[in-house]
Parts: sequence; C-alpha cells; structure tokens
Amino acid sequence: MTAVREPSKSPSGSTAPAQTPAPAEAKGRRPLGRPMLYTAYGQDMALLNTGAKKVAVGALLVVALLLPFLLEDDLLRLLATGCVLAIGAIGLNLVTGYAGQVSLGHAFFLGIGAYTAAVVSGDPDDDRLYGLGITFLPVWLLAGGLVAALVGLVVAPLASRLRGLYLAIVTLGLVFLGTHVWNEWDAVTGGVGVGRPAADPVLFGVDLSRRTESFSADQQLYLLMFVLLCVFALLGRNIARSAIGRSFAAVRDRDIAAEVTGVDVRKVKRRAFVISGFYAGCAGALLYSITGYLDPSSFGLLVSVQFVAMVLIGGVSTISGSIMGAFFIALLPRLTRELPEYLPFLSSSATQTPNVFQVETLLYGLLIVAFLLLEPRGLFGLWIRIRNYWKAWPFSY
Amino acid sequence: MRDVLLTVVRGLGFGSVYALLAVSFVIIYKSSKVVSFAQPALMLAGAVAVSYLSGPVGFFLAVPLAAIAIAMLGWGLERTTIRPMIGRPVFVVAIITLGLDIAIRVVVNVFIGPDVRNVGDPWGLSTVDLFGLPVQERYIAMAVVLLVVGAGLFAFFRYSRYGLAMRASSLDQETALVQGVPVGNMTALAWAMAAGIAAVAGAFVGTGGGVDQSTWVIALKALPAIIIGGLDSIGGAVVGGLLVGLVESFFATYQGEYLPFLGQNFSLVSPYVLLLVVLLVRPYGLFGTREVERV
Repeated sequence: MTAVREPSKSPSGSTAPAQTPAPAEAKGRRPLGRPMLYTAYGQDMALLNTGAKKVAVGALLVVALLLPFLLEDDLLRLLATGCVLAIGAIGLNLVTGYAGQVSLGHAFFLGIGAYTAAVVSGDPDDDRLYGLGITFLPVWLLAGGLVAALVGLVVAPLASRLRGLYLAIVTLGLVFLGTHVWNEWDAVTGGVGVGRPAADPVLFGVDLSRRTESFSADQQLYLLMFVLLCVFALLGRNIARSAIGRSFAAVRDRDIAAEVTGVDVRKVKRRAFVISGFYAGCAGALLYSITGYLDPSSFGLLVSVQFVAMVLIGGVSTISGSIMGAFFIALLPRLTRELPEYLPFLSSSATQTPNVFQVETLLYGLLIVAFLLLEPRGLFGLWIRIRNYWKAWPFSY
Repeated sequence: MRDVLLTVVRGLGFGSVYALLAVSFVIIYKSSKVVSFAQPALMLAGAVAVSYLSGPVGFFLAVPLAAIAIAMLGWGLERTTIRPMIGRPVFVVAIITLGLDIAIRVVVNVFIGPDVRNVGDPWGLSTVDLFGLPVQERYIAMAVVLLVVGAGLFAFFRYSRYGLAMRASSLDQETALVQGVPVGNMTALAWAMAAGIAAVAGAFVGTGGGVDQSTWVIALKALPAIIIGGLDSIGGAVVGGLLVGLVESFFATYQGEYLPFLGQNFSLVSPYVLLLVVLLVRPYGLFGTREVERV
C-alpha cells in the first residue's frame, strides 16, 4: 500500500506531520518526469495531488456540465435532487464520519433549513403563513444554513456531555420533537396534510424553477444544484484536510489522546455540529425548492436513516464517498421502478403486495447491512479496490 | 383526585409495556454494548404473530408461541449479522440493527396490510371496578405481565447457571471465556431473550386497539426509558419505563388544560423532553454506571 495515496483519508492528528512547512518550502518543486515524487508536504496535501486525479476530476466536471443537454428532464431533476442530497450527506459525514459523533438528527436540521428558507422567501401578503418575501436565492440559502447552524450550536453541549450511543438516541429524540413542532406550528409549516410552498430559487430576477427561453426548468435547477454541490464539496474537502479536519479525526479516533495533545474536545464537537447543521440547513432549503412544496411529515426518522445510509454506502469520512452515496440513494427509487420489467411478480402499484416501494425500503435496510458487513469503506472502498487492481495489473498484488 | 388516579393507572399500564421493551433493550446492551434499533421491528413482528395465532390457539397460548418464534428470529439475527461484527465499533453495529429494523418491518407490514389488525386479546377496552375506580382490564394485564416477566428474569439471572454465565460475560468477556463461559452463545441467548420479551410487549401494545403499520414507533419510547434508567441497569429500565408511562399519561390528561401552547398530542413526544432534561442533569442516567475513562 506504500505507493497508493489515499487523499480523502485525512491523517489522524497524532501521526500527521503537525507542523506545516514554511511557505516557500511548502510549494516544493518536482523534478521533471517524476509525477509521483513528493518533495513537500504541500504537494502531498494538495486537492488534486496526482496527475490522474486532475484528469479524472476535469473529465467528470465536463461530463456533468454536458449532462443537461444529453438527458431527459425527469432524469435531470433526479440528478438535481442527488446533488442536494450530496450536500446534506457531506454535512453528516463531517460530523459522523470525520468527527465520530453519531447523529440520527439530520432530518431535524434539514427541516429547520427548509422552513427557514421557506419563511424568508415566502409571500409576505399571505395571511395564513409567515413570509418575508426575500426570494433572492443566496439570502434564503444562507439564512436556512445559518439558523440550522445556530441550532447545531445549541445542541452541541449535549454532544460534549454525551458519548457514542447516548448521543445517537438524543439526536433521535430531536427528530421526534422536531416533527411535533412542524406538525403544530401552522403559521410556519402550514400544518399536517396542508403544507406550504417552499423557497423559490430566484437568481437575479430569474425564477429557475420556471422554464425560460433557452433552458427548461430542470436544466436550470440541475446546473444550479451542481454548481452549489461543487462549492460545498470543495468547502468540505478543505475543512477535512485542514487543521479543523485533523482535529475532528483526532477526537474521533481517541478523544482522550486528542485532549492530551492539546485539542479542545468541546470546541471541536461544537464546531462539528455547527458545520454539519449548516450543510444540512442548506440542503433542506434547496431540496424542497426543487419540488416547490413541503409538508411537515417530510422530516421523519426515515430521512435521517437515508442520510446515514448515504454516508455508510458511499464511504465513511470521504467527501467523494458522500457524493457517490447520495447519488446512489437518489437513483435507487428510479432503479427499482424498472424492476417489474425483469421480475414479473413485482407490482408497480402501491396497493398490491410485492411492490416496488416495498422493495425500495427493503433495499435501504439490506444495503446498509450488506455494506457494513462486506465493504465497510462503502462505494469509495470498492473504487479503491478496483483502482488498486488495475494499478497492479496484470499482477494480483 | 379521581382523574389523577385514573391517569396514574393508565401511566403505570403503558409504563409496564415500555418497561418490558426497555428491559429487552438493556439485555442486548449488557451482552454486546449495542443499542439495538431492531427492537421496534421485533416488537411489531411479535404483535403480528400473536394476531395470526390467537385465532386458532387463543390469546394466552399465542403469546408464548409468538415469543418463542420471535426469539428464534432474534437468535438468527445475532448469528448472521451481529456475530461477524465482533470487534467493530459499536456505532457500526447499531447502524446494522437500524438496517435490520427497516428490512424486517417491510416484511412484517406485508402481513399487517393496510388496516388495523386485532391481536385477539380477551380484554378490549372493558373496565373493572377497583376501589371505586373504573380501571381498564388491559392495564392490569400489562402490569401483571411486567411483574411475571420481571420476576422470571430476576430468578433467571440470580439462580440459574445460564443467568450467572450471562452476568459474567457482560461483566468481562475475556475473564468469562477463561472461566469456560461460551460468551458467543450467551450473546445469542441475550438476543433471543430480548426478542422474545419485545414480542410479548408487542402483544400487549396491541391490546385494546390492535396494531397497524405505525405501531412500531411505540417501541422507540423505550429509548428515553433506558437512557433515563441508565443503559446497563435492568432495574433502572423498569423504573424508567414506568416513569415514561406516567409522564406521558399526565401530559395526555393535563397538558391541554395547563400548557395548551405546546400543541396537540404533545404527550407523545413528552418522553423525549424528559430524556433531554435527565441527560442534561445526569449524563449517564439515573441508575447507569458512570463510564470510567482509562488511557
């Protein structure tokens, strides 16, 4: 494994070279024709630290930007949802994967973001619902993220007092309390079964959820969500590979050892919850602006479990894994819809008994179990296996 | 006064069921240091098994039969999915049980169907006159079941070889192994017992109104109970369960009158509020052992 670099796995606090080299040294120069030789720490920690990665990421970006012109609208909408889910999954991965604080309360933060954004962008003349009428996207996006982050700050003291499964159960309690609040607070949420319109994605006077002359609504939404995902993913990667990320990993691996080496454990946990809350809030705000409508029952325990599934199926403590997991979960319903063609005993109607919806839920459960049992590193781990196989090909090691 | 007493009786009745569920969580926690999120599914599976069996064999025979069947299921789950995870972080195992819960509930829901299934209990909502109070018979039955199961567990852990072996392996697995205790089998036994107890609790959750696809949420109310009581204390679980039942019952009776701003059905989430309050004051619950940090 010496030749293999795993960039996304941030080195844990105690073993990593803690001192960053002086700026001049950090740049380092590579001798010509030796692309794999690292002469400075800065090269090793660079975002795209190998040539292959530069090419692959560049190619992925080009393909992703071409997709709106190649795919049907309904698939694009699904991919846009996938991008938003990926933002949420990165947030959960930062707190659960990197910082090791098990949170089942992601749905709660998602709801806070979604409703804050809906209130900020809502119609101020509506008698039934609160609304401030600021439809400019960055404003309600940041508002949703910041309010959720603030709630994360309030919840964090619980995390610094509790460890492991105690924390998981408390965050699970938050989801139930949140659902109760959403059900009852009619002026914000519209109430059970009624719901309210979600935030309007308006950018410089253009409502992106309506078709314009040159683009359809889904093309615009996909491009918007993709760009935002790139921003959030880059931010996440930078958090993970900087001092903050290393302190997260230190707390996850051994909190007492981290404390001894000078990491302020409470502060780190607080930071993790705030950052994760911000990501979840932004994801919640964006998620429902795609469908344009949100109902108080959309933030239940199953949503939290879906995010946990994204993180586990994608790969714990990897940003690229979170994105893979999110797209996997987003596309899973679409894949199961195709199943009745191949398995005639399955029905696509919800009223008959082996139906695709049951298969879909069953798959969430079984995939979590199967990945944890067989490939704990998730899809990212599968990719590492494939990559290593081809690196050594035709030899088996 | 009459209202208060009726509220207490209802609280203790449902509290007994929460206590049973909490005990099932604690048994698994003590054996493998994992909070099993699969308990809701096992409880629901038990209730559904009883609803199918009580027709042919009657309710009182159906409950033990269902408990045995679900215990076998629990044993199988431990062998296939929990066993291979020994030595992995507990969080990972907890998430596995979460996945199991989802998968099992899909299958169980097929058997429930869209409507409410009656478990075929002989009590229904009928009441009996007790010291001048119209007490629902099912609450008495719930309390009796808690007493019977509790006494049985006490005797089992106190006087039987297997109970001793289970206590030993929960205290220190390696030392227990050295003394000849088959620790692996004890974990499997713990899962089987916990699944059986959850099934019994499920049968009594279904008394009166029956079970439907959303009944599983009730099992999660045992989580505040075990946290309040401390994750590793069976006595604490019973106290926690009764406390949760009482709090919920009191909120159901009086919150609409005195605290109306909290909204309808606040009683359903009141256990979680209690949980937050207790944990802020005592991070390891009321009866839990404080974790000693060794470096």
